[in-house]
This record gives sequence, C-alpha cells and structure tokens, in this order.
Amino acid sequence: MLCDICKQNVATVHLTQMVEGKTKKVDLCEACSKEKGVDDPTGFSLADLLLGLGAAQEMAQAAAGTDLKCPACGFTQADFKKTGRLGCADCYTTFAEGLEGLLKSMHKGTKHIGKIPQQLQQHKDCAEKLDRLQKQLEKAISDEDFEQAAVLRDEIKHAREGLDSPAAGQTP
Amino acid sequence: MKNINEFLAPPAQSCKREGPHDRIVLSSRVRLARNLRGFPFPGWAKKADRVKALEMIRPAVETSPQLASAFSESMDNLSALDKQILVERHLISREHQAKGVGSGLVLNKEETLCVMINEEDHLRMQALRPGLQLRSAWLAIDQLDTALEKRLDYAFLNDLGYLTACPTNIGTGIRVSAMLHLPALVLSEQINQIIQAVNKLGLAVRGLYGEGTEALGNVFQVSNQMTLGEAETDIVERLNKVLTQLIEHEENARGSLLEKKPKMVFNHIGRAYGILANAHSISSKETMNLLSLMRLGIDLGMFPGVERSLVDELFILTQPAHLQRKLSEKLSAEERDLLRADMLRERLRNVSRPITPPRGEGPRPDKASAS
Repeated sequence: MLCDICKQNVATVHLTQMVEGKTKKVDLCEACSKEKGVDDPTGFSLADLLLGLGAAQEMAQAAAGTDLKCPACGFTQADFKKTGRLGCADCYTTFAEGLEGLLKSMHKGTKHIGKIPQQLQQHKDCAEKLDRLQKQLEKAISDEDFEQAAVLRDEIKHAREGLDSPAAGQTP
Repeated sequence: MKNINEFLAPPAQSCKREGPHDRIVLSSRVRLARNLRGFPFPGWAKKADRVKALEMIRPAVETSPQLASAFSESMDNLSALDKQILVERHLISREHQAKGVGSGLVLNKEETLCVMINEEDHLRMQALRPGLQLRSAWLAIDQLDTALEKRLDYAFLNDLGYLTACPTNIGTGIRVSAMLHLPALVLSEQINQIIQAVNKLGLAVRGLYGEGTEALGNVFQVSNQMTLGEAETDIVERLNKVLTQLIEHEENARGSLLEKKPKMVFNHIGRAYGILANAHSISSKETMNLLSLMRLGIDLGMFPGVERSLVDELFILTQPAHLQRKLSEKLSAEERDLLRADMLRERLRNVSRPITPPRGEGPRPDKASAS
C-alpha cells in the first residue's frame, strides 16, 4: 500500500477516525506522517489532514475524466486538481457532477440550509404562494365553488405581478 | 485617511476590552465568505477583474451603516510592516497579508468588524468580540451581510447556498471560531485527547494564526469545518456548547493540577516570571510560551494587583512587527530579541515575584455566563 500523500513510499502509519459518523481513513509513510505532525504530541492538524485526505479520492475523481472547461471563466478540471479551488460561481454548475461526491465527503449535507439573500427569499415566498393558490383554485373549480374561484383567480393575478416585477431577483 | 497605525487602538487599550469567560476565551469571531455573480474568484481573476470587483465592493462596504466611519484602504497602499501588524492583531489573515493591487481592507473604529476584499473570496467579512460572544458576533455579521446584499449581487444557488472559491466553504460560507488559552490542559497533557474529541465532532483545532500554524503560548483556535447542510445558528450553538465544555475542562485541569502537582505549577510560573523579568535576549516564541504561564499565574492569584491585560498587551507588543514599528531601521532577529527582552524587563520592573497561593485556594471559576 502506498502513502496517500507522496504516493511513492510504502504506507506504515494507518489512521482511521470517525468524523460526524463518517469513517475517514488515511495511510501514510513514515516521512509524510512526520511532516504532517501525526506522530507529534501536539498533532492538532489531524482534522485538517483527515478532511484533506478523506476528500483526496473524491478530489481526484472530481478532477478526472473528460477535460471540462468552464464556459464563463475558462477554468478546467486540471486547474481544480492543482489548486483545490474553483474559478468562478459558474464552475459549480460546469463541474457539478464531479463535485457532488466531494461536497458529500466534506460537508454535513448536500443541500444548503440557512440564510438566503432577502430578494431570493421574497421571490421564493412569492412562488410558493402562487403554487398554493393554484392548488386552491383547482380545488374550488372541481368543487364548483365559483365565487371562491373568482377570488382566487384575482389573488393569483396579483401574486404573478409581484413575481414578474423587475424588483424580484434583481438589484434595484 | 488616517494611517493604520494611528487608527488602531494601542494594545494597552484594546487589551482592556472585556467579555464573558475572557479568563480562558481570548476572543470570538464569526466570518462570512461571499462572492459576486459574474466575476471570477480572486485567485483565478486577472488583475483587471480584481480591480473591477474591488471598485464595486469597496464603496458598498464603506457606505454600509455599520462601517460609516471605518478605515478603508487598498492593500497596495499598506506597507509590509502595516500588514504584519494587522496579522499580529488578528485582524487580517496571512493570506490577505500577501495581497496587493486589487485587494482591500475595511475596518471599523472599535475593531469589531473587518472586511477583507479579494482575499480567497471577493468578500471575507468578520465580526470580532472579546471573550465568548459567538451569538453577538453572528448577529453583527448577519446584519452587515444583509446590508451589503442590497447593494451587491451575490453568487448564490438554492441548493448550494453561497458559492465560494473553495468547496470547503460553500453553503453558509460561515466560519465560527474562538481563541482559547488552555495552559492547564497542556501542562496536564490532556490536550491531545481533547483535540481528538473536538475533531470527532467535526470541529477543527488550530494554532494561534489559523490554518497550519503552531499553538504558541498555549493558544488554540477552535472552529467549525462544515458549512453546507447546517444553518448558521445551529453551527453557532454547537460551537458554543463545545466551548463551554472546553472552558470547564480547562478550569477542572487547573483545579486538579493545583491539588495534585502544585509544585510543578508554581515551578513553571516562577521560572517564567524569572526569565521574562530578567532576560537580556529572548525570542518571540519563548516569550509567548512564558507569558502564557504568567497569565495562568495571574488567573491563579499568584500576582496580586497585576491585571491580565498587562500580559495580553505584552503578548502583542513583543511580536516582531510591533517591536519593529517604532524604529526606522530594519532590525535583525537577534536585535529584536535584545529589544524584546529590554521591553519585558522594563514593563515587569514593578511586578513583584509570584506568591504561592495558600493551600486550598483553587482557581476562581468564571461565573459570567456564555453569550
């Protein structure tokens, strides 16, 4: 078995650790383990090391395959392999397939939870409201409650205007 | 625009800032990473694109209500010494220190809000607080971010959240961290065990200056690693819980060291005082490690009448750039060691040698509640 870092020497130091329920395994040679401070009593770089290497195979995968190039910024998968960073926001769409496994290995989940820019939030709220109203309208029609349907139709018209207004999703 | 040295509070003043649990927690920090849509990330951008992004971001940051009378400068207008001083004050990262044209810094007067423009991401904004005050730091940076998003078009996807140059920061783009002084956990050799336990919770433990640095002066930085799939407030609460436990562990370690190995503790602290107050040449590293022991001595009541802020101030003033800054000629490392020792002898001239606390008097647990 070869060392995960230098990929030259035989691995003699084997580390396995559970991080947030995921097993991370690292195999290192003597020299690399020293360099990374694994044998050092103040070896607090272990988390970085594990995160870095647990992601290493995923990273290799993310960077392998066809040589994709981001149409927006010209960044390639080879560049990603070299730097570990991406070129622009669009790279996340360009390299989405390869990144999926990597993100899974380094994060708690694969879907964002938390803060959303206010304008997007409003837009999202608006779209959800529209969706809800549509369903209510369908139900009112099938119930032959035409009075209610008329009210809903007006509300939907109103909500649509809000969604299509230039303010939504745009910087004012 | 004032120069940065006049703008920054003197360490004698900044070290007097108090916060909950500041006996062990030196500071709390919450930083957010944000990028603009339609611009390549700073590390991949050509100079012209970086300058363009800076010109867009800087006025938006400067005119936000939170940063109305802030210091604002582009990195190429700061000298190497100024930047090193900012690193030593923990206001900018080492990565930002290396930046020049196309990068900028905006810092408020209280030194509680600091925005790095074109570091690894277009925006790295951080809120800083003394002691353990993660919630208050989060609220402050959340507010600044909300003000900025009205004027800047952030790169954001519903599924992946805020997009960042490095996939490790994607999602919330948040890094919640605290700097802890843990001398007793080091002296009692429990620190590795503690670090491993903290690592298992998906949190990182690092040295004094962040990623890849040594834990000089028994100071450790604890922070979250994962940013996607967990809400900001949950991350803040999780950190808060772990930090509260770490504080307890350190207090317990102090108590049991005093009980089981008082001579070992007094010996370390006495020797630290002896060297700091009498040396004629001393390195920055040795100074930090000895000041840490002296800080512990103050906490244990061995230096009556001496404020903790004196040690904290010396911690900053003895760093290389701070020593260098009053002098026009560039000093060599050896010359700095002499100067450092001179300053320490002078500042500790009126500090009496440590007394041995009467038996049974353990450390005073910090009663202040977590933020």
